[in-house]
Amino acid sequence: MKKLPVVLTVNGKEYSLTVESNERLLDTLRQRLGLTGTKEGCGVGECGACSVILDGNLVNSCMVLTAQCDGSRVETVEGLGTAEKLHPLQQAFIDYNAVQCGFCTPGMLMAAKALLDKNPHPTEAEIRQGLSGVLCRCTGYKQIVDAVKAAAGEEG
Amino acid sequence: MDTVNKPARRVDALGKVLGESKYGADLQFEGMLYGKVLRTPYPHARILSIDTDEAATLPGVEAVLTAADVPGLHTFGTVVPNQQVLAKEVVRYLGDAVAIVAAVSPAVAEKALDLIKVEYEELEAVFDPEEAMAEGAPVLHEDAPGNIAAHHVLEKGEVEEGFAASDIILEREYETQLVEHAYIEPEAAVAVPEPGRRGITVYGSIQNPFSCRKALSRMLGFKLNEIRVIQAFMGGSFGGKDEVMSAMCARASMLALKTGRPVKMVNTREESLLEGYKRHPYKLKYKVGATKEGKLTAMKIYILADAGAYTAQTPFVTWRSVVQATGPYEVPHVRTDVYGVHTNNCYTSAFRGFGSPQIIFAQESLMDELAEELGMEPLELRRLNGYRQGSVTATGQKLDEHKVSLMEVLDKAVEKSDYLRKRKEYANQQGRFRKGIGLACSFRGCSLGAEGVDATGAMVSVQYDGSVYVFSGLAENGQGLQTIFSQIAAEELGISVERVRFMPTDTAAIPDGGPTVASRSTLMGGNAVRIAAAKVRETLLGAVLGRLKASAQELDWGNDRIWVKDDPSRCVSFEEAINEACSQGELLAALGWYKAPKVTWDDRHGQGNAYFTYVYGCQVAEVEVDTETGYTRVLKVTAAHDVGRAINPETVRGQIYGGVAQGIGYALLEEVQQHEGEIKSLNFDEYLIPGIMDMPEIEAIIVENPDSFGPYGAKTIGEPTLEMTAPAIASAVAQATGRRVRQLPLDLERVLLGRSLQQDRYKRREGGC
Repeated sequence: MKKLPVVLTVNGKEYSLTVESNERLLDTLRQRLGLTGTKEGCGVGECGACSVILDGNLVNSCMVLTAQCDGSRVETVEGLGTAEKLHPLQQAFIDYNAVQCGFCTPGMLMAAKALLDKNPHPTEAEIRQGLSGVLCRCTGYKQIVDAVKAAAGEEG
Repeated sequence: MDTVNKPARRVDALGKVLGESKYGADLQFEGMLYGKVLRTPYPHARILSIDTDEAATLPGVEAVLTAADVPGLHTFGTVVPNQQVLAKEVVRYLGDAVAIVAAVSPAVAEKALDLIKVEYEELEAVFDPEEAMAEGAPVLHEDAPGNIAAHHVLEKGEVEEGFAASDIILEREYETQLVEHAYIEPEAAVAVPEPGRRGITVYGSIQNPFSCRKALSRMLGFKLNEIRVIQAFMGGSFGGKDEVMSAMCARASMLALKTGRPVKMVNTREESLLEGYKRHPYKLKYKVGATKEGKLTAMKIYILADAGAYTAQTPFVTWRSVVQATGPYEVPHVRTDVYGVHTNNCYTSAFRGFGSPQIIFAQESLMDELAEELGMEPLELRRLNGYRQGSVTATGQKLDEHKVSLMEVLDKAVEKSDYLRKRKEYANQQGRFRKGIGLACSFRGCSLGAEGVDATGAMVSVQYDGSVYVFSGLAENGQGLQTIFSQIAAEELGISVERVRFMPTDTAAIPDGGPTVASRSTLMGGNAVRIAAAKVRETLLGAVLGRLKASAQELDWGNDRIWVKDDPSRCVSFEEAINEACSQGELLAALGWYKAPKVTWDDRHGQGNAYFTYVYGCQVAEVEVDTETGYTRVLKVTAAHDVGRAINPETVRGQIYGGVAQGIGYALLEEVQQHEGEIKSLNFDEYLIPGIMDMPEIEAIIVENPDSFGPYGAKTIGEPTLEMTAPAIASAVAQATGRRVRQLPLDLERVLLGRSLQQDRYKRREGGC
């Protein structure tokens, strides 16, 4: 299989990689870069557990080939905040009990960030729309919506 | 109470929001190989030969194993060990594994699967439980004649006499569907051989580490102390990561032991849906008699549950059904038969609710239909017959050892939802979009009941510096157990939750405390943690008696201090107390063990005190139906649940919201499409679970009637939350459309036409059209 050189900026750090032509961005993140915060739930772009921000847009990283991303900027959950300095969304997810099993959490956080980056003061309907690509089986979504609302309020 | 009964932030949330918590698929070990499974293409077949030679010589392949290589027995199972880790002679469903491969990459492992040649002789298969019970049907297991995996009987009074004394008799048939747990994390495990001595350590998304260890012991031929199962972070389970994980862990272990290297196995979503067990589909026939005033006189119930290929937990699931099948209503004469039947379909086992969502859909729909026949408001029929203090259940159990709060939850849900006014308002509607409101209620036995031995343990260990470990035999599956147990330990020690560190469940660190099932963790495990922490506290109090010049009875504790009640200025800090105890050589760790109160069961007649306590709940659903398409939108769900005592009200609410969401999926969206044993909906593009746009407003009402057995009075919340959502929605849809749908889910076709066209479509396709 053909191998391709790719330069990727992930969470502000530049990586020069040689990848297989069929390698998914999800696998590059998880296996090559060890960024396992991004999860795989379905592999077909339905569950959104693998959501990352690619050049400012929310994408399912299981549906993107790394070779397509040459020169791109990728944001994953690992780049959102640190234990010492949490992103307001991370803090709100903790404060509003928006986390249960936590498997959808990274995808939810990235979807919420992509939304707030573009629309800092979303309505509840806009929040729901913005998170609608990510499935959660534990929470019924309510406390997640509450958390995003709170984080949006704080950022504004 | 300082910590309990108050919201506390989840102790496991930080790692999860940082993306640092390691789930099964995230684990990496030096020299790790990847395992893959070859499954049968036939739902029922005899294996004539397996040729693995070509696969084994593929570069990068380190091991190819079949049933012949299983070191111990090739079967396992909690009740009847008939499930195969690798099929030996016969395959019984399309999830059965025939061979496993370990290779240097998942791609190489998959390539090797293609090179394994298996010869099969197809056997006659059976996919319908009724046909499976009929004479001449192929028998799946020799020790289950007639394919009967379980049969439970319940006899109370004389059912025919009850019908003779009734003014009205109603007979109805209901049907529930096959549904998938659909945890977002597919199954994953890594097995690591122990260097230098016989042993294996397994990490993964394992709901019940002790059940897994027991199964591994049987299949690997290892002693229990040679197997260590450590739970990784769990991406959801809902009852679903038990048997399927035992099989995966055993396969990974066999490959690891064969190669001497760590082996990781991760299911794709398709594999998860293909192999993993599901919720039992039920066919339910109900016959009910009542007086013209609405008093129930008799109920006769006949239920068939499709157990699929293996027994798994079918006998327990159907047992809960037989206990609760009449609903929370006093019925003097009852006869119930519940059968679990083997077919060549995907096997079925535990799923949040565990035999209750099916019967509650039927029994609550039946109550509505009876009320309509009697010209009564459904709520009134429930008030007339519903359990009150001292009521006697269908199993002959007098409900007098806990607060019977059915009327209270009914009243609260009805009031908050404005049920009566809306019910009237929606009674007469015209036009395309019509609204409806409906309710359902339930009672639910807490923990295992007479299903089996019910005891569990926890260890609390206080360190020199005032930090604390909690070890538990029960496991965090995402529900919030770590936080609840940490709160209880903190409460008993009089310290802040931040001092407490909950350790991953590890079978080598704590005695076997049974499975994390039956909504038993807060009740059973909470008691065990409380006992352990109280023991350590008593040691600490004893150590400072001299210093405080007081007896233990005179002391109080909290906020990181111990003081004399009558003179709070005489006090010591938690750290000082620890120093005193250490200087006296005292042990500051304790094991807490809690045994459930006695329950009884007479299997022949289905009578006894089935559970030691019960919870009650009521949900009201409001919907809008598009009468031209059948599309049903849920507008609001009001859910009132008696939890005894909410250890953490925020996580209780989280359970309610999440359970209702799964209930909405069960009601409207979810159905695993299975035709002749083949699962057609293999991913989330076809198996639809509720997304954020499907969710209505949910109003959670926490009702607290402390239970004498529960820690601080706490009982149960996990499972009741989803078990009554579907009948409440079905009731609301019936009001909106004027037609009752007696099959789940209420998808477009069933709401619009009254039946599903799915099976017709399969038949048409087979006919070549």
